[in-house]
Amino acid sequence: MTAAFLSSEFVHNYRRNPSAIAGSAILVIFAVIVTLGPWLVWQDPYDIASLNLLDSYKPPMWLPGGDAAYPLGTDGQGRDLLAAIFYGTRVSVMIGLTAMAFSCLLGTAAGILAGYYGGVIDSVLMRIADVQLSFPSMLIALFLMSAFGTGVDKVLIALTAVGWVVYARTVRGQTLSEIEKEYVQAARVAGLSDTKIILRHILPNVTTPLIVVATVQVGTFILIEASLSFLGVGVPITQPSLGLLIKNGFDVLFSGLWWTSVFPGLFIMALVFGINLFGDFLRDELNPRLK
Amino acid sequence: MLGYTLKRLLQMIVVLGAVSVIVFLMMSFTGDPVFMVVPIDATEAEIAQARRILGLDRSMPEQYAIFLKGMLQGDFGRSYVFREPALDLILERLPATLEIVVVAMLMSAVVAIPLGVYAGANPGRTESRAIMTGSLVGISLPSFWVGMMLIFLFAVKWNVFPSSGRGDTVEVMGTRWSIFTADGWHHIILPSLTLSLGTMAILLRITRAGMMEVTRQDYMKFARAKGVSRRGVLYGHGLRNALIPVVTIFGLQLGDLIAFATITETIFAWPGLGKLLIDSIYRADRPVIVVYLMLVATIFVVINFLVDILYTWIDPRIRVK
Repeated sequence: MTAAFLSSEFVHNYRRNPSAIAGSAILVIFAVIVTLGPWLVWQDPYDIASLNLLDSYKPPMWLPGGDAAYPLGTDGQGRDLLAAIFYGTRVSVMIGLTAMAFSCLLGTAAGILAGYYGGVIDSVLMRIADVQLSFPSMLIALFLMSAFGTGVDKVLIALTAVGWVVYARTVRGQTLSEIEKEYVQAARVAGLSDTKIILRHILPNVTTPLIVVATVQVGTFILIEASLSFLGVGVPITQPSLGLLIKNGFDVLFSGLWWTSVFPGLFIMALVFGINLFGDFLRDELNPRLK
Repeated sequence: MLGYTLKRLLQMIVVLGAVSVIVFLMMSFTGDPVFMVVPIDATEAEIAQARRILGLDRSMPEQYAIFLKGMLQGDFGRSYVFREPALDLILERLPATLEIVVVAMLMSAVVAIPLGVYAGANPGRTESRAIMTGSLVGISLPSFWVGMMLIFLFAVKWNVFPSSGRGDTVEVMGTRWSIFTADGWHHIILPSLTLSLGTMAILLRITRAGMMEVTRQDYMKFARAKGVSRRGVLYGHGLRNALIPVVTIFGLQLGDLIAFATITETIFAWPGLGKLLIDSIYRADRPVIVVYLMLVATIFVVINFLVDILYTWIDPRIRVK
């Protein structure tokens, strides 16, 4: 199995694609930050006892006045910016991944139900999707958040409400073409229940196109979450994401304290860029139309 | 064509009806607006009276009927904060938003289309790879962060452009515009540039994809064989066909830009719709939020409608389906 995978066309193309390799390298670095982050920095940025107010607004270590203990400088509470960024990256990535998983589950379920049963379920779900697709995700998320108030759980709900539509649409289309095929007819004739046909036969055959959508969506979600937090309707200040760090940095940007907003932004950019590079590669590989 | 147009028109009205129900329901979840209107030390009787005036003592369907009736007559109620009709507030801010959106749109088209054509016509070249990587970076950037960086560099550090506000305006056709004054342009560059980056990247990618698709067509080879210059084929035959999907994206992006203007306007303190919306959300100024939502919904639905109609007009094959 492993050998077969390593000699597959997918791996072959991957090795010859520098941007796919660069993208996955970025993602590996971020995976390390997310899993081991707290052990890579010496300070817990949200433990008040470990903060020293005298160290507030220290510039990055290579500038005059910098301190090697704070490689990227500190914020107004004397918090090590690198530590804050590592913790913030965890929040951002966790929100992106969880919201993607929820959207994927909900959207796939809705798409299969609509495609398989058709009728009223189909028209209701697809009309909802139509209405939703006529608005940009950012705007819908903004309104839901302004109604709910801040909170990680609320951000997840808002992102899921925004994200399920793509999956529902894709899966519905795939399901419609699958149920016409002979193996599904055969399964029906053999007397399998709808549940079994859906889970064992249709589901495995409709999920491949979702991989690309899901990958790119994590990046989109991270950006939407950052924007919401920037506007003050995202995560609470006790669990700052990269977006909220940038917002905090914005307040002091005019005093020339640029590092508190520049570095978190660079991290978001690198993260989403890595996701998009890898997503582009997956799109080319998994989309049979382009081959 | 007429049948199709009528069908789409009907759909448009249904969607707007659905949006009005959603907006109404969402607004009823966001808490009791009565406390926005009454003073803090109001008595029970005063609260009850305010409730009656606002129509909050009636049943939900009744409230919706009143809401819908008011809306159809252009009456969205008064802002709780400004005590002015909410619609007037919104309409007063609309030109400012339209300005940065239109300028952003133009900026992205001017940059994205030529670069997209180049990258699509010469896919193997290093320059094309660089263009594509650049566009991917553009998609990966949080736009609010870009805005902040522009402010830091151009306003705080080098002091070439102002960091906020709209600058001088001049009255043209009954509305105040800043794109007709030099100072206005000075102020509009940074916010529009911030707003345009995302659209620029997307437009570039679509143009390139369309161009790559088109260069494979036989009519392109035929035109070359007939003796048309390479440039002539690319721009005369290629671009025209490659631009069909670009028209759609252009239309849809216009809507996206209005939405993203909320963030840009917040950063640059640009007195447009988006800033008004964010301020109204903070102050729970419900009537203003409702008008904004309904206005944006209408703009979106109308743009979708126009794009569809335009599309069937450019590409008659779609009508057959």
